[in-house]
Amino acid sequence: MAERRYTKSHEWLTVDGKTATVGITDFAQSQLGDVVFLELPAPGRKLSVHESFGVVESVKAASDLYSPVAGRIAAVNDKLAAHPELINSDPYGDGWILKVELAGELPADLMDEAAYKKVAGA
Amino acid sequence: MLAAIGVGSMDDLLVDIPSSLRLESLALPAGLSEFETMAQVESLAARNRIFADRLTFRGGGVYRRFIPAAVAAVTSKPEFYTAYTPYQPEASQGTLQAIYEFQTLIAELTALDVANASMYDGATAVAEAAMMAHIHTGRNEVLVAGYLHPEYLEVLRAFSEGRGIKVRKGVEANSKTAAVIFQQPDFLGLLVDARGLTESAHKAGALAIACVDPISLAILAPPGEYGADIAAGEGQQLGLSLSYGGPHVGFIACSKELVRRLPGRLIGTSHDAAGRRGFVLTLTAREQHIRRERATSNICTNHSLCALAASVYMTYMGAEGLRQIAEVSFKRAHALADRLSKLPGWEMAFPDRQFLYEFPIRVPKGPALNRRLARKGILGGLDVHRWFRELKGVQTFTCTEVNDARALDELVEAVAG
Amino acid sequence: MTELLSFEKSRPNAHGPRLPDADVDGPGSADLLPSDQRRANPPGLPRLSEPEIMRHYGRLASLNYSISEQFYPLGSCTMKYNPVANEVAAALPGFTDLHPYQDEDSVQGALSLMWRLEQALCAVVGVERVTLQPAAGAHGEWTALRMIQAFHRSRGESRTEVLVPDSAHGTNPASAALSGFHVVEVKSGADGRISLADLESKLSPSVAALMLTNPNTLGLFEREILDVAELVHATGAKLYYDGANLNAFMGICRPGDMGFDAVHMNLHKTFTTPHGGGGPGAGPVGVKADLVPFLPTPTVERLNGHLKLDFKRPQSIGRVRSFYGNFGMLVRAYTYILAMGGDGLTQASLDAVLSANYLRNEVKDVLDMPHDGACMHEFVASARNLAPHGIKALDVAKGLLERDFYAPTIYFPLVVPEAIMVEPTETESKATLDAFATAIKEIVKQAVEDPQSLHEAPHGLPVGRLDEVATARQINAYLQGQSEDPVLRWKPAS
Repeated sequence: MAERRYTKSHEWLTVDGKTATVGITDFAQSQLGDVVFLELPAPGRKLSVHESFGVVESVKAASDLYSPVAGRIAAVNDKLAAHPELINSDPYGDGWILKVELAGELPADLMDEAAYKKVAGA
Repeated sequence: MLAAIGVGSMDDLLVDIPSSLRLESLALPAGLSEFETMAQVESLAARNRIFADRLTFRGGGVYRRFIPAAVAAVTSKPEFYTAYTPYQPEASQGTLQAIYEFQTLIAELTALDVANASMYDGATAVAEAAMMAHIHTGRNEVLVAGYLHPEYLEVLRAFSEGRGIKVRKGVEANSKTAAVIFQQPDFLGLLVDARGLTESAHKAGALAIACVDPISLAILAPPGEYGADIAAGEGQQLGLSLSYGGPHVGFIACSKELVRRLPGRLIGTSHDAAGRRGFVLTLTAREQHIRRERATSNICTNHSLCALAASVYMTYMGAEGLRQIAEVSFKRAHALADRLSKLPGWEMAFPDRQFLYEFPIRVPKGPALNRRLARKGILGGLDVHRWFRELKGVQTFTCTEVNDARALDELVEAVAG
Repeated sequence: MTELLSFEKSRPNAHGPRLPDADVDGPGSADLLPSDQRRANPPGLPRLSEPEIMRHYGRLASLNYSISEQFYPLGSCTMKYNPVANEVAAALPGFTDLHPYQDEDSVQGALSLMWRLEQALCAVVGVERVTLQPAAGAHGEWTALRMIQAFHRSRGESRTEVLVPDSAHGTNPASAALSGFHVVEVKSGADGRISLADLESKLSPSVAALMLTNPNTLGLFEREILDVAELVHATGAKLYYDGANLNAFMGICRPGDMGFDAVHMNLHKTFTTPHGGGGPGAGPVGVKADLVPFLPTPTVERLNGHLKLDFKRPQSIGRVRSFYGNFGMLVRAYTYILAMGGDGLTQASLDAVLSANYLRNEVKDVLDMPHDGACMHEFVASARNLAPHGIKALDVAKGLLERDFYAPTIYFPLVVPEAIMVEPTETESKATLDAFATAIKEIVKQAVEDPQSLHEAPHGLPVGRLDEVATARQINAYLQGQSEDPVLRWKPAS
């Protein structure tokens, strides 16, 4: 499994060849509480770095999702529509959100696990 | 209490206020006893002229109707009127269930999937419906077809301007149109082709927003039956007094696809750990206190107590009671239109159009006529020329179940005499 | 105890009200309306007789906490007692039976009441004119921002940003966004007050206004308000006052004198119109002279003792509501102001500040107090000192419900973790404040000794804690076509 990288806005990504998988971190899901709904884009849309692409909602909070990378959305996790709780139960596995076909280099502000842990106060 | 706090005077608690800002006193008269207060308020009330229910023929969006005594008996219960927004559901089940019943009643009346907990009034309900369509379609123009209430149009323009939405009059929707808005019956009381307008909106990929009169829905096809996406309207006729224009209650209902775009409060069913059914505020993540600048709307307060009045009214009337009221009003208005249009110089402004209980008619010397009627205790028709240039000399007359047959005679006699 | 829904109790043959016959000759709707204009299926409304209605709603009423029966210390909401005389005044037929389209000559009493209320509100907050049209606080905020926007545009300036403190009520940023403004947040300093340095760094020629409430949502007076006003005005921006906390200083000081250009008020907070389970309220907005041309139409004007509605205001932002606002609420507020007078309103604010400081002092040793010193009419505590026992602000709130108190506002303002915001108001006795303080102390003790029982609170209410997550998930399942149960409305079992 490729190394996981993190953003300040609490998304994670892994890169496999030209494709990145994106989700939200375990810290983010624990802060949100029980996720009840996700508003997600359609595949095919082009994203730039830090562009807002959707919303994740719990009963007490709503949070925007930001793309950690630039590229085109190759896939959206369909299971989340019926099972938003996957974000809570398996944020790094079945709770993945997007697959993005990368355009260009990865941004320089991505963090490794040690750096992110400092941000998340863990 | 000051000693308990550990300060010597009130001024010690107000130290943060710069002394240059402190007032000597408030420039208002001293307070009054309850007796004196009421005497003053009553003298103001007495300076208003009140026309009898049965001799009021003026409508224009606010109507005299029979209000069962049970309505005020319920809304004057302090457990309802002195409670606040039900943030703590365990201690607010009365308000929550009442609103849930209101949502269901409005959804049934409009034949749409879901209704919200209420809006301020019909005008803001229509404006918020237009904002829903703008967000849903991503388009920046709304089309107003026909005679929408002129004050609703003004409020719609004020809301739209802030968001950069263009309000256009007309019926030809195009690829920029977020919604086609029409009123059924329209401001003049005339029926419009709601089905045709809805179809043409949909052909252009726009939503259809129907501004509806709740009493009319007892006999008229409701928005859900002709495929409109959003119904919005004013609920004053459902048990609320005129009150010089407010407080009344707006309502919004919509199809399933648009529920997440609804502004304001929504109540849903839930259950506790013991399995008991209860009601809660839900989908709150759409609302201003969580989404802040990204909220659908800034609405926080709704008009719960007015919605409660409407619920009591609808529950007491039932579908059959509403139908009877609409039918009596229909018959009397048609009888009145028939008699007035036979008077010399009077003619129906739109003789080929259908109406329910409010109709536009051309009247000779309108202002003088209204002064003459007022002298006989009659509140005559509404001069609509002040809003619509093309309707010179046109007044709308309204008949409801409170205008008895003898009242119609008195009006016709007063007009002729 | 729970109560069935009216729909579940409905009887098709229940005695409805007796209604009149048409008593006229002529066609009915079936004779004239084409079938495609007529309703195909009657609406599924319930039907109950009058005694059943009275019992149904009587039982629902008994499930509510309300000011009439409980202490309701909901911070930022000013839940003070609603005098009965207000209700009697608003129910006078001379007001309730007035049609909004009657001629001016026949409504002089109503216009006079609106004129006098406007004058009184001008005196309380220190402004030139007031519009009574907005139906609620958030509606008033938005109306004020639209006027500020129109003011800047009239000078050929396009200002696109509105500054909002991080401690602000959620309607502030929402109202700004609805007016087409970009919202920029200003940070609070460690003392809970707006940071002048941060404010200065965010002010620019593109800022239209700063939205501020004073005392702020932490119950603290912004000591540097005159400096704030000077900074804001120096860049040509306007200062907007959120009147949520006006109850703190009527007769003590005035937002107009502090430099605020537009001031919103909540008649349902400060001026005792009842909250009605969430409305109707009323949110008048007062403005200084240079914003007067932009007031919504119509305004009430007085000419030789005669009152008239003025619709001809070329620079007006237009209408924000139908007719003239929530007139019935205006009657109640005016009645209250008459009865209280200048002396009574001043005393009300002094007592509100006294009550809040007294109660704060009584509980300061058992809850965390994030900010030192005197508060104004409300204070913000924090339950974070109970975190080691797994107890949150929510648990404290539920423990209070169990002891027959409504709960304070919790989790607001957002800048204080586990916030508990208490606003006792001036209409509560010392005995009530003491009983509330005792309840808080009991709950803190319970948090240490038996946290589990507090997690299960409230006991003995109509329902226990409700599963809001399940509700939201079921609605989303319905919206995505995976369930037939709409959750947001009743449907007959099929």
